[in-house]
Amino acid sequence: MSKMNFSRRGVLKTGAVTGAGLALPTIFTSSASAYTNEPTGSSVKFGFNVPQTGPYAEEGLDELRAFELAVQHLNGEGDGGMLNTMSSKTLGGNGVLGKKVEFVTGDTQTKSDVARASAQSMIQKDGVVMVSGGSSSGVAVAVQSLCQEAGIIFMAALTHSNDTTGKDRKANGFRYFFNAYMSGAAIAPVLSSAYGNERRAYHLTADYTWGWTQQESIAASTEALGWETVSNVLTPVGAGDFSSYIAPVINSGADVLILNHYGGDMVNSLSQAVQFGLRDKMVNGKQFEIIVPLYSELMAAGAGSNIQGVYGTMNWNWQLQDPGTQAFVKSFGEKYGRPPSGAAHTAYVQTLLYADAATRAGTFEPCQIGAALEGFEFDGMGIGPTTYRAEDHQCFKDVLVMKGKDSPANEYDTLEIVEVTPRAQVEYAADHPMFGGAEASLGECNNG
Amino acid sequence: MLGLSQKDTRFLFIVIALTLLTPFLLNPFPTDSALAQFNAGYPALMQRFAIYGLMAIGFNILFGLTGYLSFGHAAFLGVGSYAAVWMFKLLSMNVLPAIIMATLLAGLFALVIGFISLRRSGIYFSILTLAFAEMSYRLAYSVFTPVTNGESGLQLGLKDPRILDAPLTSASLPVPGLFGLKMNSSWTLDLGPWDFTFNVGYYFCAVVAILGFYLSLRIFRSPFGLMLRAIKSNQNRLNYTGLNSRPYTLAAFVISGMYAGLAGGLLAAMDPLVGAERMQWTASGEVVLMTIVGGVGTLMGPVLGAGFIKYAENIFSKINESILHSWFSWLPDGLEDAVVWIFARFVGEGWHLTLGLMFMVIVIALPGGLVEGGQRIARFLRRKSDDSAATTTPAE
Repeated sequence: MSKMNFSRRGVLKTGAVTGAGLALPTIFTSSASAYTNEPTGSSVKFGFNVPQTGPYAEEGLDELRAFELAVQHLNGEGDGGMLNTMSSKTLGGNGVLGKKVEFVTGDTQTKSDVARASAQSMIQKDGVVMVSGGSSSGVAVAVQSLCQEAGIIFMAALTHSNDTTGKDRKANGFRYFFNAYMSGAAIAPVLSSAYGNERRAYHLTADYTWGWTQQESIAASTEALGWETVSNVLTPVGAGDFSSYIAPVINSGADVLILNHYGGDMVNSLSQAVQFGLRDKMVNGKQFEIIVPLYSELMAAGAGSNIQGVYGTMNWNWQLQDPGTQAFVKSFGEKYGRPPSGAAHTAYVQTLLYADAATRAGTFEPCQIGAALEGFEFDGMGIGPTTYRAEDHQCFKDVLVMKGKDSPANEYDTLEIVEVTPRAQVEYAADHPMFGGAEASLGECNNG
Repeated sequence: MLGLSQKDTRFLFIVIALTLLTPFLLNPFPTDSALAQFNAGYPALMQRFAIYGLMAIGFNILFGLTGYLSFGHAAFLGVGSYAAVWMFKLLSMNVLPAIIMATLLAGLFALVIGFISLRRSGIYFSILTLAFAEMSYRLAYSVFTPVTNGESGLQLGLKDPRILDAPLTSASLPVPGLFGLKMNSSWTLDLGPWDFTFNVGYYFCAVVAILGFYLSLRIFRSPFGLMLRAIKSNQNRLNYTGLNSRPYTLAAFVISGMYAGLAGGLLAAMDPLVGAERMQWTASGEVVLMTIVGGVGTLMGPVLGAGFIKYAENIFSKINESILHSWFSWLPDGLEDAVVWIFARFVGEGWHLTLGLMFMVIVIALPGGLVEGGQRIARFLRRKSDDSAATTTPAE
């Protein structure tokens, strides 16, 4: 081993430096401010944190388009979109509280670490007062808890897991999108009338929390109808090839296949199930059926003709005929030349809801904005009257049950609305066992 | 001093000075200027520089010295993080037990994985480590959900036992700290138009990283380091001399695994939430990239590479089209759109493309990484001054 030379002077020097190093941090104190990133200039910054690369990039980029449109409308550019149809008339197109809205964007890569790094940079470097985004429940939960600690409002966009407003709910986090439980509650009656009450269901489930909560929710709702759950097989995320999982379905005696998959996985598993000829089979004297509980336009486009006649649920669809939807679809279409996806709608609405809450509260202070959002009832933003429940910060509204169109007129016309499930049917108690039970709590709101 | 030669001591002090002055060095532009976009001196990113620098230093002990290319180091990073968060949940919010446990547990994992993987060398070793890391990731994502909380990530809860800490008084989550000194507290120095942020967490990471750097310096200069280099230059010959090289490679593997575990523990200490993605193969690949970009087998290279890649990831990915438009608004309209369109391919969601191009340039033009680039510049400057010296003082 090499020789260690400790000279007296060296030891003294090292000791002094170490001592100074240890004493140094005691002078650090958090700088005093009423709340994190209080905007002082003539503008206020929002942070939009979406996946721009990776498996959910399509959804993320569509969200980003909607965010940009929302900021334009808030600043009085363009035709104002939903500002004109929203039931709360506080926003006049002159920014928020007289401050011009600016925004920064980040790439979450659908990884919670990267998403948090990106959100931290927005909060610490760019000084945003609100972060929105999502596209994966893991990411949404991770960023939501970061915003809680930093004292920033998080307006979750695309996240469907029960956990976001269930066991991982946070006082500074708010979700407009629906969740897995609502999907199950909405789709069950439609399935009952379409396929009867004596079915045997086989689940293929994405092997992570979102897949599990959705499978649990759908199984509970279908079993309440009298369906039997034959088997639940967990599949790895991003498997690509599902044929080895689909082959056993044929001999299982099941007559319904439920695909708890999302994104590219759903496109692959559905296409392969159709290729195996499952839907042409007769089992137990009944036509074999496939169900995809959570739909999105982007997935429907990816699966092509395979989705024809397949049932699923959505939070919102551009084909709705209410004035809010029409205004939004019109301004989105004029700017980007395509109808918005459900993810885009959620992103747009959440931005407007935040701006409205800030205006009503008269401040950007997170706790007061939280108070303004809690129990807030509004309408005119598509899909009818909506309430932000105070207990878990989840929005309650009608849910759409969709079906793949048999003869689509164009590339965006892939799904048709089968039923608008009334809100009363998808409601649940805030301490429902699937949502963390009585244990789950929002905690205290944090101003930073 | 400290058992180092004079040259190494000076080197160490330069590294210490650079690390301590990072808040100044990374914020060269005034806060309100247009160039503030390129500032990187905010706590979260500085912490990552130090942490990933530390991980790359450790990775370099294995890859740089023995030549064994591990594609599974992210697994140790993840194990360290999970261990640290569990210590926060069960024991105390103090970061010391957390990072110690993170290092030890990662070391144990490295021992098991290394014992099996090191039976092969070259590409087979790389594939084995990759397989182990991917396996850990898949397990953390699904089967081990009770331990790792799966996709949602392991996080602190209000009802965690934390047996050494006083019970919580408020309903907000506790913050990791060092004997009451909170990791997230910062102090901002306003100097005219500039803002410099000094963050406790960063300085804690910096001190740990400097200690890690010092240890790696000692290993590089030790007989053990020499043995590792011998393995890299010709392992067969070493074996034929009657020397069993496997204990040395295993030791190097465990040491570098412990560095990764320590880095993971620090990541969790700065931000107590761990997602399974931290163990994904892309994260392992990132460390390899860092080391290669910076310079394999050099002391400073991996740290530079880590800084380079984290900077690109966090700064380039945030430049979007509206920012580009504001930069190029002085151009005529049609030209502006064209220029913005071209630049937009390389920033924002296209930052991977920029990284890929830079990686190619470095690997092709500078096989020794950024360090070689620096050396070439230094040599060029020295030759210039030598030339001028030669002309002023002729030989005779």
